[in-house]
Amino acid sequence: MSFFPCHQGFPAEARKFRKLLVKSVLAGMIANVLFAAQSSQAASNIAVTDKEVVVGQLHSSTGTMAISETGAIEAEQLAISQINAMGGVLGRKIRVIQEDGASDWPTFAEKAKKLLESDHVAAIFGCWTSASRKAVLPVLERDNGLLYYPTFYEGLEQSKNVVYTGQEATQQVFAGLDWVAKTKHAKTFYLIGSDYIWPRTTMKLARKYIENVLHGKIVGEEYAALGSTEFGSTINKIRLKKPDVIYAAVVGGSNVSWFKQLKAAGINGGNQTLLTLSVTEDEAKGIGGENLVGFYSAMKYFESLDTPENKKFVSQFHAKWGENAPIGDVTQAAYEGPWLWKKAVEMAGSFDTDKVVKAEESGKITFDAPEGLIYLEPNHHLKTKLRNGEW
Amino acid sequence: MDGYSLSDLFSILVMQGFSGLSLFSVLLLMALGLAIIFGQMGVINMAHGEFMTIGAYTIYMTSRFTERHFPSFMPYYFIVAILASFLIAFFVGYLLEFLLIRHLYKRPLDTLLATWGLSLILQQVFRSFFGAREVSATLPDWLMGAWKPTPDIDIPLNGLFVMAMSMLVTAMVGLFLFKSKWGLKVRATTQNRVMASAVGINTKMVDRVTFAIGCGIAGVAGACFTTIASTGPTSGSLYIVDTFLVVVFGGTASLFGTIASAFTIAQAQSILTFFLTNAMGKVVTLLTIIAILMMRPEGLLRSKVRR
Repeated sequence: MSFFPCHQGFPAEARKFRKLLVKSVLAGMIANVLFAAQSSQAASNIAVTDKEVVVGQLHSSTGTMAISETGAIEAEQLAISQINAMGGVLGRKIRVIQEDGASDWPTFAEKAKKLLESDHVAAIFGCWTSASRKAVLPVLERDNGLLYYPTFYEGLEQSKNVVYTGQEATQQVFAGLDWVAKTKHAKTFYLIGSDYIWPRTTMKLARKYIENVLHGKIVGEEYAALGSTEFGSTINKIRLKKPDVIYAAVVGGSNVSWFKQLKAAGINGGNQTLLTLSVTEDEAKGIGGENLVGFYSAMKYFESLDTPENKKFVSQFHAKWGENAPIGDVTQAAYEGPWLWKKAVEMAGSFDTDKVVKAEESGKITFDAPEGLIYLEPNHHLKTKLRNGEW
Repeated sequence: MDGYSLSDLFSILVMQGFSGLSLFSVLLLMALGLAIIFGQMGVINMAHGEFMTIGAYTIYMTSRFTERHFPSFMPYYFIVAILASFLIAFFVGYLLEFLLIRHLYKRPLDTLLATWGLSLILQQVFRSFFGAREVSATLPDWLMGAWKPTPDIDIPLNGLFVMAMSMLVTAMVGLFLFKSKWGLKVRATTQNRVMASAVGINTKMVDRVTFAIGCGIAGVAGACFTTIASTGPTSGSLYIVDTFLVVVFGGTASLFGTIASAFTIAQAQSILTFFLTNAMGKVVTLLTIIAILMMRPEGLLRSKVRR
């Protein structure tokens, strides 16, 4: 329920001598304890009537992250409108309350609290960066809410209140490296990423896997500051080391500079194998397709997948959001969120969080997603395929 | 360095040298506009990056327009688009000086805050107008790929282009400041505002035009950077720190200081990045700059300004 020991028994005279700051921290703790007691009663108090059920959507539609989260917002709204057209969940139409996290992590936590405590939403579809998820997590666990999180991420986390519809790092890394080692006979690798938790953790896993399982050699490992736009020297180093494979997880604006400068330095798909973990169709639009030709992306979904389910999904998405809207890995994973939630609720026969979580953990929930058949495992992650796509 | 032939090492040396020069021209182009504005009126323009974004989006819009209406003109549109980005950024700068900046000249800290607010507003305007996603302009073929003087050496064409533009803009700014009548007025105002105004120079007009020219140059810089970096609502904010670094390190109010500072920072960063890592290279460069600034608080080249 709460991590804090109960402080209500503090003698008043002892408190008198404490500094204002300490006092207010204590007051906060007490409020927390009281609050937790209240909200566990309120857990069954989900905003559902005979006709509709309310869910929350919590992404950044403003700020730096809007660039990535736009696709997820669109995909979730598409899924929800389709579910409503089919008659909703347990006979109730879904009503969405959309909140803007504004690319600011405390704002995410605050808005999650608002959604859970004053709107009493049955589930939240949201977050993109790990930082925003970590900010929302304590709120979710305290108020016993549900979050469907769409991004591929560094892993090493499992909360009963979260369903991770993106891949975690081991899913994305191992199979991709296996493939490149086998088909390209790669022995030497150069690792490069942006300098924050996801690339760092991912590359740590990749290093272990390359050295211990593939018996390959890592000839360089490098992290560029977030927002760094200059890769000239790094590219020269790569040239000197001549790795069989460049393994890249550069993000944001840097990603564009990285690929434009690689191309300009004469390194392209024709003379170098490059496998990246951070280029979906969304990013490709900013990088420019001509700078990517011949390189590979390791993702669970690509817009160009040639299956009837995917073609249907792509045409529905374009019909709603315009012909030019790209559909990346995370966008598709976000589309899965509302559908998985619908299945879990229907299996539980209730919107009650504990019952829904129990259904999620049953291991029996599957969904015929655009990417193919997916299984929701008892560990809150999905069993899916990894695909290496050539640009 | 075992296992590398001499010719290998030679080509790396050439390419590494080029990469340092190319970073130098990027930094110089970024900082010129800001240096002019800061030197002339002591306004710290936090929205400098957004004027670069205006230039970048101009390239994108022109490329879309040309593709749709004059596809045969595609190889040449870039030149026209650069001129257009200067004019648009110039015009926006002129307008903003008139509406906002001129009311805050006596309050330097307030201009800092106001221009920062302006940068946030502009970012959201870009986002609402062009969408949150990054865009990419179709670049003409002659800007793509590499020039190969020998089989082992690849010189990036876009790097060469940025370098040429950087030299051109610097030369034009130099000519403007030191050879034109307007430049004379600008320098007079910088050196002694009261006296300049006493001999009949309209210092308010000089300020407005200087601010607009600084913004216009930022627009050109942003336009050139579409060849090497991203175009999105927040792209400009990627450059702002480096830009300030160059201007402050160079010594304010000095064109040559800005050039010297851009060159030093670029070479240090490029060489250190090669031997250390990308992040460490930046750390060491910054520490060195701080140390030098502690000894020379006015920057590399001191300007002779009577205050």
